[in-house]
Amino acid sequence: MHNLKAITPLRGVTPRLDHIGTISITEVVDQALASVAARKGQSAVMQQALADHIGLHLPEPGHAVIAAPFGAIWMGPDQWMITAPHDSHELLASEVKEIAGRSASVVEQTDGWCRFDVAGVGLCDLFERLSNAPVRTMAPGSAIRTTMEHLGVFLWRLADDHMAILAPRSAAGSLHHGLVAAARSIA
Amino acid sequence: MIIDHPLLGPRDAQEFTYLGDASLINRPDWQCENALSEFHDYLYLRDNPAGEHRELWYHEQGDRSWLVVTRNTVTHEILSVELAHDVAKAVTAGRSAK
Repeated sequence: MHNLKAITPLRGVTPRLDHIGTISITEVVDQALASVAARKGQSAVMQQALADHIGLHLPEPGHAVIAAPFGAIWMGPDQWMITAPHDSHELLASEVKEIAGRSASVVEQTDGWCRFDVAGVGLCDLFERLSNAPVRTMAPGSAIRTTMEHLGVFLWRLADDHMAILAPRSAAGSLHHGLVAAARSIA
Repeated sequence: MIIDHPLLGPRDAQEFTYLGDASLINRPDWQCENALSEFHDYLYLRDNPAGEHRELWYHEQGDRSWLVVTRNTVTHEILSVELAHDVAKAVTAGRSAK
């Protein structure tokens, strides 16, 4: 059991990186994920606990925040996805659970998702070919859940020329195909 | 069709799925004396208006919240959108106030 070899969502040994025209598509594998859902009536208690312990102020609907090394994306009412570097926070879910206690339910999500970071000036041209999300009006710091390539994904605008996409890990190949095809069509 | 989500703003109808009449929120009490006939009505009797209709939509490819959408079935105009959570809470509050 101790000799298992870790592979990336695209089944590689090292993360995939594509440069197409002005666009770069990077497979991101160094982030741990945990979802946190406040229990009934406990949202304020949970948010306060996270703010006090790790300085993470959970974002409003449709937004994401970064409080290095942590990040958080709004997923739904009283529910967020928390990220942190995998090397230093492999047990992110336990860590968050310890902080939130009985105010929230926390679920380990790391291996359920794949993440691609897309960067480049043609970012909006690419995403408007792939989804109905209003990418041109998404300011840095906004994050929404929508569909792309028939997949439910999170789009997280990190900067004007930088978007992170979280998608189901088992469909990483399909999503990557869609991203590359759209990047080629605008290159 | 675009649904103006109360939390997220205008979102494409592709992200939503439709359940049915918003009266499904008002589930009868299974312990009441006439539960059988109440459940019969709850399950089978629906209005089928040509005009304004309150209905339940689910933001499946979004934040997974249930919405009560008031829609004109003739023009498809969407008149108002509320979180089903808030609607259900208001119904419960109304009941306990009686």
